[in-house]
Amino acid sequence: MAFSIKVNGNTHNVDVDGDTPLLWVLRDVLGMTGTKFGCGMALCGACTVHIDGAPTRSCITSIDRIGDSEVKTIEVIGATAAGAKIQKAWLDREVPQCGYCQSGQIMSAAALLTSNPHPNDTDIDDAMSGNICRCGTYARIREAIKQAAETNG
Amino acid sequence: MILDHIASCANRPHQPVSDNALSRRNFLRAGAAAGGGLILSLSFANGEAEAAANDFAPNAFISVGTDGQIVLTMPYVEMGQGTYTSIPMLIAEELEVDLKRVRLEHAPPNEKLYANPLLGVQATGNSNAIRGAWQPLREAGAVARTMLMAAAAKRWNVDPASCRAQSGEVLHPPTGRRSTYGELAADAARVPIPENVALKRPQDFKLIGTPAKRLDTPAKVNGTAVYGIDVRPPGVKIATLAQSPVFGGRVKSVDDTAAKAVKGVRQIVRLNDAVAVVADHMGAAKKGLAALAIAWDDGPHAKLSTADIASELEQATLKSGAVAQNIGDVDKALASAVTKVDAIYQVPFLAHATMEPMNCTVHVHPDGCEVWVGSQAIARCQAAAAKVTGLPLDKVVAHNHLIGGGFGRRLESDGVARAVEIAKQVDGPVKVVWTREEDIQHDMYRPYWFDRLTAGLDEKGMPVAWSNRYAGSSVIARWLPPGFKNGLDPDSTEGATNLVYALPNLHVEYVRVEPPGIPTAFWRSVGPSHNVFVTESFMDELAAAAKQDAVAYRRALLKQSPRAKAVLELAAEKAGWGRPLPQRAGRGVSLQFVFGTYMAQVAEVEVAKDGTVRVRRVVCAVDCGIPVNPDTIRAQIQSAIIFGITAALYGEIALKNGRVEQTNFDSYQMLHMNEAPAIEVHIVQNFEQPGGMGECGTSAIVPAVANAIFAATGKRLRKMPVDISVLKQPV
Repeated sequence: MAFSIKVNGNTHNVDVDGDTPLLWVLRDVLGMTGTKFGCGMALCGACTVHIDGAPTRSCITSIDRIGDSEVKTIEVIGATAAGAKIQKAWLDREVPQCGYCQSGQIMSAAALLTSNPHPNDTDIDDAMSGNICRCGTYARIREAIKQAAETNG
Repeated sequence: MILDHIASCANRPHQPVSDNALSRRNFLRAGAAAGGGLILSLSFANGEAEAAANDFAPNAFISVGTDGQIVLTMPYVEMGQGTYTSIPMLIAEELEVDLKRVRLEHAPPNEKLYANPLLGVQATGNSNAIRGAWQPLREAGAVARTMLMAAAAKRWNVDPASCRAQSGEVLHPPTGRRSTYGELAADAARVPIPENVALKRPQDFKLIGTPAKRLDTPAKVNGTAVYGIDVRPPGVKIATLAQSPVFGGRVKSVDDTAAKAVKGVRQIVRLNDAVAVVADHMGAAKKGLAALAIAWDDGPHAKLSTADIASELEQATLKSGAVAQNIGDVDKALASAVTKVDAIYQVPFLAHATMEPMNCTVHVHPDGCEVWVGSQAIARCQAAAAKVTGLPLDKVVAHNHLIGGGFGRRLESDGVARAVEIAKQVDGPVKVVWTREEDIQHDMYRPYWFDRLTAGLDEKGMPVAWSNRYAGSSVIARWLPPGFKNGLDPDSTEGATNLVYALPNLHVEYVRVEPPGIPTAFWRSVGPSHNVFVTESFMDELAAAAKQDAVAYRRALLKQSPRAKAVLELAAEKAGWGRPLPQRAGRGVSLQFVFGTYMAQVAEVEVAKDGTVRVRRVVCAVDCGIPVNPDTIRAQIQSAIIFGITAALYGEIALKNGRVEQTNFDSYQMLHMNEAPAIEVHIVQNFEQPGGMGECGTSAIVPAVANAIFAATGKRLRKMPVDISVLKQPV
């Protein structure tokens, strides 16, 4: 079945089953590989994208549920105010190691910063504890979010 | 340090950094690069071995292009450990160029050309990149600088001693002349290699010892970094697979009618012990896989359970093994000991669970094969593809990519062999992606170990006898057979032998037992992941039996290990050792010398009424010799500690009816951000030879946590992971 979805400001027509997870449409059909596969069950957060601004696990979000919503991925998050701040803080704090989970971490963090410009430790825990990092960069992620928040008025 | 003596070129951890002029020996060649620049071929092996071999075998290449770009081609791969930043620092320091001018390229697969000097094969692992590269890369940088300066001096007809190198240029201050390395590179290629070059004194380092920015970070924050799983050769299909749920089982029958009807499914590939679904995208491949009806012949391990394996290992420790180390006479010392302490320890099988699931992309065509994969050992991937296709090595092109977590899993080439088996039946390129469940259930696991220890204490409670016999799989015996000799290998014994403590009578035996029905492999911190947990927990038991403070007890045994004593005291001081804590909270200490690095950790835990353990704070003191990139050292320790806590609290792969019971991150749990402790890292500053950094934090944290739980609850946990049911507060 054909679906029309809006990703990063562009409309794409894709011909897949309606229960196909958005993750595979992004990666394999549209060739946008910045969004990562980690678990397929919303247990690790590597596949996090924004749907109408809300952080969403694309591995369990089927294409037939997207409708007219706006999908935003790591590829363009730097064009948003929160995304740019988060990416800069990630660079300043040298957050990534293997880096594989970081697309998802950044998408979760950017969504947090948009909805809550000054998150405390508990807010950060609540927003980020669904994103697993096997390299254990958690301390730096926390510092980086705080740094990015400092630049919010 | 573990594998050092496998190769002929052992690293000597105690040798201080020399600031003497070095003779060229036989390790370096210079020539003109294809584009007209200077190229240096060098060997990462150390000088003595090279001289003994009398046979120059370069395994790294540095080119200085006519555009001034420095390119290093070398065998180590980046997997998050920061090696692509630390290694160029060594060249840039001596060559006097900005770090940004040094670019690294993945070495192409070539087992002979790009062998890791400490392993003898092309592999990244064992925390040895900096240890292997430290001397030769600085020397090569100094040689290149000297040659560029000589070329400039000749061009200007001045004394080379009146020139100096700075920021990628040679300057002649008396006349104000200057020339870039790019302009001089072609001439420099014709300058004879200098016999002697002086290396900088560590006090004069400008880059080494400073927190350099990682070069690979920008692409990792904007989604452009290309991991193996991200490659997309034109026309690529996506496949996913089901392998026999019991290791050694086979496919009996497959009904693929429903799978073939799934939109986007193109082909079902049946192998002896696996079935793959090839599709337009992973969504269709997974849906097709779920629609397959596969009947398996489970084979000989259909009834195997972890308990069977543990029981076999336990029996093995009742027999004698190969003697890994003997000091004095343990039996005699035990006979006269005032107190005897016996203990049995066990650690489980562990999966790697790299965030990037196993994957490999392959295109088999009539006259060749192309492979795209992220690997710690790319030459083995090429060889695996050649074996499965029957093609000669030179017909297999293997491209290496960024690795989304290695931890030892990417030292294996089973995933490549599997992908090639599938690709042989597919027309065009195919990317084989394992589901997380397949990744966890068909890993190659950290071995299960069973240890039997006895110690004798004198009237003051100090250890006069230490006996340790343990049984488990030797990964080395499979992975690097020449490394397994006389029943021993250096990995299985590291952390159990050559303890930092002065023990007058010590006897350590290893019994090799290969478990049936489950493959084993290296796992971050390898042998020490097991041995340090056991020895440091047992040392804690001895302190408790002697009714002495755990830090003071260890310190009394360190008179001959000043560096170990220093890190122990530093960690204890920074952690506030001895200060009171609330009820059911406790501190635990560990101390080790593994991978050429001294480390002490103090973990602070609290144990809830229901037994749940939370690690609140970890203080780590490390003496890894001269720190090359302090920020990377901190990052690696933070990382390794989280990795180790994950294993201590949650890590266990169990077999039931031959099947791995764990499936995904719900049953093979990872530490999350809200559970992560505060971690403090204190780096000892000195000029000793650099030690390994990627793994030692993992082996040190597990006993520190177990010892802290003992301090908090009085319960000694001799089996990992932590069993919270025994930690419940009695009502």
